[in-house]
Amino acid sequence: MSTELIAHPLLATALELHPQVALRPEPFGALAYHYGNRRLVFMKHPDMVTVANALHEHRTFADALTACGIAPERWPSFAKAFASLKESDVVRERAAA
Amino acid sequence: MSAESLVAQLKTGLDAPICLTWELTYACNLQCVHCLSSSGQRDDRELSTAEAKRVLDQLRELQVFYINIGGGEPMVRRDFFELVEYSVASNIGVKFSTNGAFIDADKARRLAAMDYLDIQISLDGVDAVTNDAVRGEGSYDMARRAMDNLAAADFGPFKISVVVTRQNVPQLDRFKALADSYGAQLRITRLRPSGRGVDSWDHLHPTNAQQREIYDWLIANGEHVLTGDSFFHLNALGPSLPGLNMCGAGRVVCLIDPIGDIYACPFVIHDEFRAGNVRDPGGFAEVWKRSDLFTSLREPQSAGACASCGAFDACQGGCMAAKFFTGLPLDGPDPECVTGHGETELAALAAQPVAVSLKPRPAMDHTKPVRTPVFS
Repeated sequence: MSTELIAHPLLATALELHPQVALRPEPFGALAYHYGNRRLVFMKHPDMVTVANALHEHRTFADALTACGIAPERWPSFAKAFASLKESDVVRERAAA
Repeated sequence: MSAESLVAQLKTGLDAPICLTWELTYACNLQCVHCLSSSGQRDDRELSTAEAKRVLDQLRELQVFYINIGGGEPMVRRDFFELVEYSVASNIGVKFSTNGAFIDADKARRLAAMDYLDIQISLDGVDAVTNDAVRGEGSYDMARRAMDNLAAADFGPFKISVVVTRQNVPQLDRFKALADSYGAQLRITRLRPSGRGVDSWDHLHPTNAQQREIYDWLIANGEHVLTGDSFFHLNALGPSLPGLNMCGAGRVVCLIDPIGDIYACPFVIHDEFRAGNVRDPGGFAEVWKRSDLFTSLREPQSAGACASCGAFDACQGGCMAAKFFTGLPLDGPDPECVTGHGETELAALAAQPVAVSLKPRPAMDHTKPVRTPVFS
């Protein structure tokens, strides 16, 4: 794996689900709905849902990925997917504890 | 998971609808010639306040994020605010469609004070002549007054909802300018031959040349305009428009009508597409999850006569409701198929003897009777 992917800036960030977001489990993963900006977003893998729900318990996004047992070769795709979730405000940066 | 496999997954249905429309009443102060629910008079079997709240309780359990409320004119119901407040308190956001007749300054302030509430004001022309020909005399002024009141009450970005017709296609830029002038969002949707539209569609639906105009306009403006993903039949013209390119009926979409009947989508109020009623044992959830109709709609659908057309992957054969109410087979081209196959089929149908060419009629008609004056 290339180092620049490992070094995705989001990995060192503290994240959390936006408090106005609800997750509804579906066979493919989950639907996320943001009551504030009314955006409906698809989480296209059950592992994404597990990570999203664990974000607030960990110091960084990378720590959450580790804790959820996500293999390092999948981190780049998770970083990309969560960057997109952050874009739509489904997840947001959290002030470090 | 790729976008294609997500769509494939959605076609097999979700645990609960994404987009649930609930027509609260068949009563309406207007009688638009294209009304998808043939509204006008209230139906005696209309759900009571208590029944409506039980439906909302179920939707909350199913984690339905929001509902689209319509009618008829939903604000005609005396318990309109009670139901909207109950819904929002149950974490079910409300988007409601209205002609604006009842949004005076007071109501606008009340609506502006509520969270998780979106409003769509219907308008089918940028001037009274174009709009009122479809929606009735005085309806343009009524809608503009409601918009003014919402703006004065600082409601925020409400939506202006336009059904695209042959007459208003040339006005798309002006609709956008009107929405921008209010800080509102423009929503344009496809006209279907449903409800009273069965009889007005021939005169109102965009011409084939206009289909291209709509497509080009959406390619240029689509990111800032809502469409309810209703124009996917146009995708055969080029790169796909934004949104899910599929018919959501019974899979991610459904309709609850004012008397609690559950249909596959808002545009198919007909026995053939009625899956059950919220008053049935198990209520809405049972019908959504296990009705025969919805189960069959979630199975792979045949491309039929469209299978040999190179555009099928792009247009998906178009809209089920548009085919059904124009008398075309469901596994053939959409009546507004951009390659012209639909027009050919419609012409062939029109050449048939009357008994063969009879089109299906909507299940119910709540149009107000024409009152003939006793003295003339």
